[in-house]
Amino acid sequence: MPKVTVDGVEIEVPQGATVLQACELAGKEIPRFCYHERLSIAGNCRMCLVEVAPGPPKPQASCALPAADGQTIKTDTAMVKKAREGVMEFLLINHPLDCPICDQGGECDLQDQAMAYGRSYSRYDENKRAVEDKYMGPVIKTSMTRCIQCTRCIRFADEVAGTPEIGMLYRGEDSQITSYLERALTSELSGNLADICPVGALLQRPQSFESRPWELRKVPAIDVMDAVGSNIRLDVRQRQVMRILPRTNDAVNEEWIHDKTRHHVDALVRNRLDRPWIRENGKLRAATWNEALEAFAKQLKSAGKKVAAIAGDLLDAETMYAAKKLLAGQGSKLLEGRQTGLDYDVSSLSALRFNTPIADLENADAILLVGSNPRWEAPLVNTRLRKAARKGAKVFAIGPVADLAFPVTWLGDDLKLIGKLPKEAADAIAKAERPVMIVGPGALGKGALGAALKASGPFIKTGWNGFNTLHISAARMAGLILGYAQKGGIADIEAAKPELVLLLGADEVPDGKFDKAFKVYVGHHGDKGAKQADLVLPAAAWSEKHGTYVNIEGRVQRGERATFPPGDAREDWTIFRAVSDLTGKPLPFDRFDQLRAAMVADHPELGTDGVIDWKWSAPKLDAKAEGPVGYAIKDFYLTNAICRASPTMQRCSEELVHGQSFLEAAE
Amino acid sequence: MAERLLHPDTPELRERWGGFAWTEANAKAAAAAIAKYPEGRQQSAVIPLLDLAQRQVGEETGTQGWLPIPVQEFIARELKMPPVAVTEVATFYTMFNLAPVGKFHVQVCGTTPCMLRGSDDVLSACYKRGLKKGHTTKDGLFTLTEVECLGVCANAPMVQINDDNFEDLTEASMGAILDALAEGKQPKPGPQIERQTSAPEGGPTTLKKMAERNYDYRGQW
Repeated sequence: MPKVTVDGVEIEVPQGATVLQACELAGKEIPRFCYHERLSIAGNCRMCLVEVAPGPPKPQASCALPAADGQTIKTDTAMVKKAREGVMEFLLINHPLDCPICDQGGECDLQDQAMAYGRSYSRYDENKRAVEDKYMGPVIKTSMTRCIQCTRCIRFADEVAGTPEIGMLYRGEDSQITSYLERALTSELSGNLADICPVGALLQRPQSFESRPWELRKVPAIDVMDAVGSNIRLDVRQRQVMRILPRTNDAVNEEWIHDKTRHHVDALVRNRLDRPWIRENGKLRAATWNEALEAFAKQLKSAGKKVAAIAGDLLDAETMYAAKKLLAGQGSKLLEGRQTGLDYDVSSLSALRFNTPIADLENADAILLVGSNPRWEAPLVNTRLRKAARKGAKVFAIGPVADLAFPVTWLGDDLKLIGKLPKEAADAIAKAERPVMIVGPGALGKGALGAALKASGPFIKTGWNGFNTLHISAARMAGLILGYAQKGGIADIEAAKPELVLLLGADEVPDGKFDKAFKVYVGHHGDKGAKQADLVLPAAAWSEKHGTYVNIEGRVQRGERATFPPGDAREDWTIFRAVSDLTGKPLPFDRFDQLRAAMVADHPELGTDGVIDWKWSAPKLDAKAEGPVGYAIKDFYLTNAICRASPTMQRCSEELVHGQSFLEAAE
Repeated sequence: MAERLLHPDTPELRERWGGFAWTEANAKAAAAAIAKYPEGRQQSAVIPLLDLAQRQVGEETGTQGWLPIPVQEFIARELKMPPVAVTEVATFYTMFNLAPVGKFHVQVCGTTPCMLRGSDDVLSACYKRGLKKGHTTKDGLFTLTEVECLGVCANAPMVQINDDNFEDLTEASMGAILDALAEGKQPKPGPQIERQTSAPEGGPTTLKKMAERNYDYRGQW
């Protein structure tokens, strides 16, 4: 471990660290634009200059210089100060002075660093260069005159997103960053480009000219658009969530989120259910809470035990727990969360989760995907797989050919292959030290869990469990813990012929089920679920309630309430509490913290943050699986009720999935 | 430097060049260029391949050739690299033409040494014959470009026409070269005055005896 001296303080730095990292370890701030911890080193902005001895007697770019034993690094000398001022002056030569109308203003690296390291004046009085704006797709707005050519976007698109579609054309002063032929970026991670852009050149198109960073209240939350549980931050102004940004969590999403997470935010104020509706003579009419709750209570009383609850994909554990308690009061245990008819065995939750921690996926050396398209089902798992693939992991997949943004050997789409892998794949997995199998929802839907478990032998070693099941519903793991699963899936609920069905934000239940039952929809968006319901009770969206979520690893995480539900809508559990009073069996919680405490008392594993410690056990299941397997997601951008209400997601779907061109229309 | 822009990607362009493929000879040359690099590093051959493609386009069109977008994409496929990376290289190097050029691509050096030695005269010889910077003449013969230093400063002013350099120019000699080219003759490349390559004008000024025989100067050192 090299020992270096930074501004007179001797510290030890890890082998392979750069001078910049050494300075950071010593607590010194080094300004930078092109350097980014999660991208390769470019060394082209020259902002991180420091003085290093031994070495040439001139400032050195610290980001690209390895720290070596015995180095003396100075970050506060006159030479360093002058060098940074010089670099800053050059960067500002062609940078427009439009900070007052720039969306990056207030959270701009260039602005901040110009304040900290620049001069207060410019000696440049020639004309500035101007660059034409480029089209980069539905979520990225460009203002290329502001670009300082740090090339972070090029490296992100190439290395993290795996869609090398951005490049720097021409040379010298004429250099321009552009997507290839100004086509829309096909990456589902393109929103991150605006995050890593140190200036206002790449911005979030849907949120342009809407808010200023300093007027936003920041609320930590957990993403519900997929089951990865990305850590996010809601930026709230008054009663509206203005935007969603990632929070760094190296164990889950690093510092990226995908576009669905980021840009469904405009739907939180659209198409919302803001008052109760009662169906009369086939038509829904607006009602008051009193009427609605009376109707609900009346139906509950008459249905007695014949009550079922179906949980949607975006629910928090508390809501599901409160509904479960309501049903328990009726004497019913008809709970199900797998709306689309999945009926895999739930006797061992350890066989239904990611046993490999998401962060460890990038160390895998052989990967087998079974009926899973992680790029759409869990984009932030896909970035880890991509990292593994870049390090040399061999990836094999059973399923229809899809573009996963890394090289994949497609074995075919017949599930029989699980039991008898082709020699090449079997050899690679047998030889691998850290093999990983991911069983996707496509395979679960075809009943391939048993076959996959039977074939899981080579994937499980001492200290390494490579058997992983991928879910796409944020509510799934918590739902399974709370018992939202029948042996035969939703078919069992149908067979029980319930008289009242409680749809908890369940919008994916196929039409025509439960035609005889009285359907109560408790949810937040007017989508498929509300359309078929007899009673619609407006509830809170995920951003409007505190909630506990369990991700695919079994990681318990909590999100906070950012805003209040619109109109008459109220938090889901208060609806159940209110109706339980009317049926005469009041639920034992009056406040949210009591609800959470009751839930934790029943399910202690939901009480502590972090990955739940389930012992690995594989249930013995029917290992027969055959026939072609498909993927569960047909359109990445329109997977749930919120996305379907979002104009941005609609546009992304039309443009990126269905290939409609918006170039002319947009510009 | 003249502004260089990618030629627009139109359906006509796709139709004309979408089916671009190597000729038999060029296929061999391309394979040879790729073979120079180790396995997994084939992308390194992008510059020789772009040059080859530009020459082949030139042969097909009877000009100096250029790199239509479908041709760049063809090379990206050949080398299994992202198309945008090929375009980055093609737009970086001024030797690659991004738009159609004429039969003779006249690249006049206008950098300081050539300018001081009279590149303005060279340009005016071009202007008098109807050449315009950044444009091709109506007969399709000449395209005029002003370029930055081509590294022949000792023989300034100079132009590069296709693969040949013409050096030590005056307005008259430049005019003569253009006229000869227009008539279909091949003017002599290199210095246009009495001079061997970049040796001094009118014979050597030092070590004169070396010009006659292999004289041993060592005794005088």
